[in-house]
Amino acid sequence: MTAADQDAPARGAIEAAGRGQLRFLTCGSVDDGKSTLIGRLLVDSRRVFDDQLAALERDSRRFGTTGEDVDYALLLDGLEAEREQGITIDVAWRFFATARRSFVVMDAPGHEQYTRNMATAASTAELAVLLVDARKGLLDQTRRHAAICALFRVRHVVLAVNKIDLAGFSQETFDAIVADFAAFVQPFGFASLTAVPVSARFGDNVVAASPRTPWYGGPALLDLLETIDVESDPAAAPFRLPVQWVARPNAEFRGFAGTVASGRVAVGDAVVVQPSGAGSTVARIVTADGDRDAAAAGDAVTLVLADERDVSRGDLLAAADAPAEVGDQIQAHLLWMGEQPLLPGRACLMRIGTRWVGATVSQIRHRIDVRTLAPLAARRLVLNEIAVCNLSVAAPIAFDSYAADRTTGAFVLVDRETNDTVAAGMIDFGLRRAANLRWERLAVDKAARARLKGQRPCVVWFTGLSGAGKSTIARLVEQRLHAEGLHTYMLDGDNVRHGLNRDLGFTDADRVENIRRVGEVAKLMVDAGLIVLCALISPFRAERQAVRELLGAGEFVEVFVDAPLDLCMARDPKGLYAKARAGRLTNFTGIDSPYERPDAPDLVLDTAAESAEALAEQVVARVRGG
Amino acid sequence: MPSLPIHLRQLEAESIGILREVAAAFERPVMLYSIGKDSSAMLHLARKAFFPGRLPFPLLHVDTTWKFRDMITFRDRTARDLGLDLIVHVNQEGVRAGVDPFRSGSAVHTRVMKTEALKQALEQHRFDAAIGGARRDEERSRAKERVFSLRSASHGWEPRRQRPEPWRLFNTRLAPGESMRVFPLSNWTERDVWEYVRAEGIPVVPLYFAAERPVVERDGMLLVVDDDRFPLRPGEVPRMRRVRFRTLGCYPLTGAIESDATTLDAIVAEMRAATTSERQGRLIDADETASMERKKREGYF
Repeated sequence: MTAADQDAPARGAIEAAGRGQLRFLTCGSVDDGKSTLIGRLLVDSRRVFDDQLAALERDSRRFGTTGEDVDYALLLDGLEAEREQGITIDVAWRFFATARRSFVVMDAPGHEQYTRNMATAASTAELAVLLVDARKGLLDQTRRHAAICALFRVRHVVLAVNKIDLAGFSQETFDAIVADFAAFVQPFGFASLTAVPVSARFGDNVVAASPRTPWYGGPALLDLLETIDVESDPAAAPFRLPVQWVARPNAEFRGFAGTVASGRVAVGDAVVVQPSGAGSTVARIVTADGDRDAAAAGDAVTLVLADERDVSRGDLLAAADAPAEVGDQIQAHLLWMGEQPLLPGRACLMRIGTRWVGATVSQIRHRIDVRTLAPLAARRLVLNEIAVCNLSVAAPIAFDSYAADRTTGAFVLVDRETNDTVAAGMIDFGLRRAANLRWERLAVDKAARARLKGQRPCVVWFTGLSGAGKSTIARLVEQRLHAEGLHTYMLDGDNVRHGLNRDLGFTDADRVENIRRVGEVAKLMVDAGLIVLCALISPFRAERQAVRELLGAGEFVEVFVDAPLDLCMARDPKGLYAKARAGRLTNFTGIDSPYERPDAPDLVLDTAAESAEALAEQVVARVRGG
Repeated sequence: MPSLPIHLRQLEAESIGILREVAAAFERPVMLYSIGKDSSAMLHLARKAFFPGRLPFPLLHVDTTWKFRDMITFRDRTARDLGLDLIVHVNQEGVRAGVDPFRSGSAVHTRVMKTEALKQALEQHRFDAAIGGARRDEERSRAKERVFSLRSASHGWEPRRQRPEPWRLFNTRLAPGESMRVFPLSNWTERDVWEYVRAEGIPVVPLYFAAERPVVERDGMLLVVDDDRFPLRPGEVPRMRRVRFRTLGCYPLTGAIESDATTLDAIVAEMRAATTSERQGRLIDADETASMERKKREGYF
């Protein structure tokens, strides 16, 4: 069918004019009618096509919860599981445009167990439409959503008091809810808060003012979304551009491509490369549409600098007179997104801007009550919880506080083993010690100490199940090396737990900390020129990898002492397996706590096949050979 | 100053950022090129992203051997004119087995000649990231797709393993064997694409413009008889009708619409007044409500 001869629909038909996009998220309880409201916006602004409506009517009969009426929620619940269960489990992106603006709608799930999804939507939203059921008023969930919006700096909030039809279109009800909400969010400091009485199901005050709420003098929801001014002043922020790609098409051209995160840059501006601190000026701003005089936040451009500077992907170009902070110790708000709880001390990867760098949560300061943003004491952090944490970064990074810059102040943490994105972070500030604590360079260094001893210092790390033979073999190795006149020291898992680590138990979190401390001690001993033999179960790959990264190339020799579990149980030199199986010992590796085998150990010792003496000889040969 | 409307400028910058990210983060990226308007827009964006350099990745066309002839002509001319590194892959096993959309049916044809063929090509060239032109507004299960969408070693899509993407901080890390599908046009609508094509003067296949074409009406769809492989049913006689296409694919599976739109302006005007979605013209989606989600789990793009 041709459409040319039809009347153009009133909305959605005309060019989205000067205002550009508004990115907003919608949140509310499952039963508040959130999906229905968006469905209504899309249908009434004519962004839903006839064939999609036909499918919707079919689905409504099959899965609908609105009796004879079309269930608009089904328009949005895209995944099969959602349609069947009637819940919205993932963020859905929807688009519509009117004469005045184009919109990106991020429909976020309401359940507490999907807080991470909502946070994802909030992270790039300029405005949030928060739904409450007029009959129920503010719920815990409403407070949680408002608090998350505040935390992720969604600056504008529209409170849609829905199902006003079921509350008899009562002004008193509406006013009471709005007063309640305004009082609650007062400390959050939103830039604007507007409330609209709506009936998503029947369309009152959604796209047009309703005659059934004559007491409400404000605009309909769509009107409000079209006209609300969400612009902060992006040009006022200092210039930031994370370098994404170095363009070197030929010997003459070297440009730094990226998207301007904030501020404005013009040809001739002085900029600084961070974290190195090298300065230069902008010679050209290159785009495929020709060179430009200036670029502003949101523009994807390529900068050419006047001087040859060492710049690579991951660096930050910043205004020379207002550079970002540089440091490796930060305090941040973390939303934990991982299925497994946060283990402080475990090394993970941080992505900030275009940079990937190793990082560790060194301390959980306190957790945040996501309904009030009040602090709570906490020793651990699980999925969907938010906490203020200290982080230690493996190398200095350039950053701003999240309050100052939503791009250069934000990061994600990624698990090294699973590659899952496990946390979303917002930087509060850099910790002073990053600037004040310098590593003392000593005149007598590791190489000098090693020369005196006539040996190459290293860590030989024995990992494996309890009873595999780690300590036995390590002791033999130490005896041989000692006999050859080499300087050694042995760190035994059981022994360190009597002193250095006497405060640690056997939970996953404590095991991580146990290995971290032993790793640091071993590093000091290598610095002292020693050959360090470490015999610890060390069940997790991530911690063994972290110790490897503490040390120089070739200084970490991972020895996997391999023995089948049943053999270890049969040996049971300390009687621990018997206790664990009897349930008198918990968190025992191999029984009720996992052991992660090394992927690529430097040496594998098969204790089922060879004697401890023969195996020790292999290790000695390896240490001698380097 | 650029003359693009501000919302198109924002979309363009976002897509360019995504394309640069792919080039920087992966070892062997490839851009899926399907010859349609979305691919044309995406190719244009990629050329802008890496200006003044060349595209840092090849293009891959999975040829089912049932594309419109005009598409193949356009593909080869585009590759030649722009000096592109174009890989064309055909599932030869499927060809040998005689899979065809008429006799094998659309489901088998799509699985063997598109889904399987794509997997073959990705594995043969060991591509670790494939850039595609899918948009979130196309279909319901697409609305929840990530920009960087993780696929298992067997190319399956697991809804629960998809990674959150706060602040567009994309997690591009892969385990051995895994790969990424990347969608730079995620936040574009069909209308945005057409307005961009018009504003930037991007060449598209002539099939998008109305012309007299030999048409057979079958199962409520207008099919264009593009070559003599089209088996006419008793009583079917191709009639010349003024039609164009909103989306392009395999000609026996792609429905035309009657239209007089012979210019980009006319197409945009038609678009603004459209009352049906573009996927209505695609036979492969009609099977059942959640067919796209199932296909994606199996490795469809």
